[in-house]
Amino acid sequence: MSAPYLAPGLPQPAPAPDGLDAPYWKGLAKGELRLQRCRACGGWQWGPEWICHHCLSFDLGFEPVAPKGRIYSYERVWHPVHPALKDQGPYLVALVEIPEAGSVRLVGNLLGDPHQAVPFGAPVEGVFEHHDDPDAPFTLLHWRLLN
Amino acid sequence: MNRTLRGSVAVAGVGETAYFKRGQSPDPEFKLALKAIITACEDAGISPREVDGFASYSNDRSDPSRLAAALGCKELRFANMQWGGGGGGGSGAIGNAAAAIAGGLAECVVVFRALAQGQFGRFGQGPRRRAIFGEGAYTAPYGLMSPAQMFAMKVQRFMHEHGVGQEALRAISLAAYHHAQNNPRAVMHGRPLDEATYNSSRWIVEPFHLYDCCLENDGAAAMVLLPAERAKDFPHAPAYLLGAAIGSHFRAGASVHNTPDYATSTFKTLAPRLYEMAGVGPGDVDVLQSYENFTGGVLMSLVEHGFCPPDGCNEFFVKERFLAPDGDLPLNTSGGNLAECYMHGLGLNVEAVRQIRGQSSNPVPDAEVSMVISGPMVTPVSCCIFGGEATL
Repeated sequence: MSAPYLAPGLPQPAPAPDGLDAPYWKGLAKGELRLQRCRACGGWQWGPEWICHHCLSFDLGFEPVAPKGRIYSYERVWHPVHPALKDQGPYLVALVEIPEAGSVRLVGNLLGDPHQAVPFGAPVEGVFEHHDDPDAPFTLLHWRLLN
Repeated sequence: MNRTLRGSVAVAGVGETAYFKRGQSPDPEFKLALKAIITACEDAGISPREVDGFASYSNDRSDPSRLAAALGCKELRFANMQWGGGGGGGSGAIGNAAAAIAGGLAECVVVFRALAQGQFGRFGQGPRRRAIFGEGAYTAPYGLMSPAQMFAMKVQRFMHEHGVGQEALRAISLAAYHHAQNNPRAVMHGRPLDEATYNSSRWIVEPFHLYDCCLENDGAAAMVLLPAERAKDFPHAPAYLLGAAIGSHFRAGASVHNTPDYATSTFKTLAPRLYEMAGVGPGDVDVLQSYENFTGGVLMSLVEHGFCPPDGCNEFFVKERFLAPDGDLPLNTSGGNLAECYMHGLGLNVEAVRQIRGQSSNPVPDAEVSMVISGPMVTPVSCCIFGGEATL
């Protein structure tokens, strides 16, 4: 594995104990983005929920989506609020909307120079970052600017 | 039936403890709550034993039954917690208390908030546990975990959509620090702020410099609400509740930054309800307290309450406009959450009452309509308007 974007030691994501989002994390582990979609009305939603807010059906599934989106917002973080980031320096967090999935939004890091200019609306593609922790492996989904 | 709180309940007393830097209170949190409540009761000229209700917000830890037992209250009739985090419930707790009084559930309700972060931990830090699930699993591993980081994303988008410059945020901070210099209670009393210091201060997360972020403090604040018909017996001029609004827009709580209307302070649906109940408009507001978790929240709050068009922020947000007594919209006249104290915003409501009494450390002459906007960008949020005798 290449070096992760952020220094190790941050909280590690785990599936919710109630099972709500297990398919999402299983998908990431396989290098696949799966987002919640209603089997009754076809509507997308994110974050995951037990009911479809479009039609109130409980018949929801997770569907594979190409990890392609565009920058909806972003921020450059300077002040570390976690000990793991003490020597990190600035980093970029992006809010990415996924047009193919009803323009739901995902949070991830924006790879590359942390000082780069980030154009609103710019197209991005996903980059899967696998963490092979033997006790609790997990995968993050980052983004990089296309072009 | 015209259902309204307008004029039915009045603030009889306000009080606070000394305000401390976070972790520096010599008293534990519950004792701070007791002290603020007793101070507010003294200010109202009533015995704490007459209090029959408590209302708070943001999961305050001082339990009303324990408070009532400790204070020897004759009877407990109302024990209310406004759901939601941050300061979004500050004016909401006042609305809830007033509704209980107006509806006959209780007679004398104390609204309070107490914080001792040395005892219970800080807000502005990320989670320390190793594994995380639920909404945090989608953000914390990417280094998005503090309130500043959650809200900067919204403010960046708003500033982009409306071409807002950094100077607009700076004006909010400068006004707060200016007012704090006249307020001996203020944690930043004696520590003025100028443009150059703001400009050279470090980034926390863009677009927030250090001085765009609220303090973190220990202390407590409280106010006593009574039916308006008892106002003639108050030792101080009554501050009548003219209106209150609580809530949020369509799917504001959609998780992981997925609310459809994203770049908002969450007040678009509340502001019209507030003004309708209060029977006033933004042009009638004499003095405004607007919760600064971060200056960007104030920016959007003022826009959404109709003080300024979204594309006119760069012209509107200039320091001089916000200064008491002569500015046309005196703002955060105690120093607010940036420079007086971060008491989860209840200090803003206390200051709004003091303005109506003429007891602010930065008084706005003849202030009759005194408004508070609580806890922007969270859900639910709340806001309220107090009025002097002439507004009834």
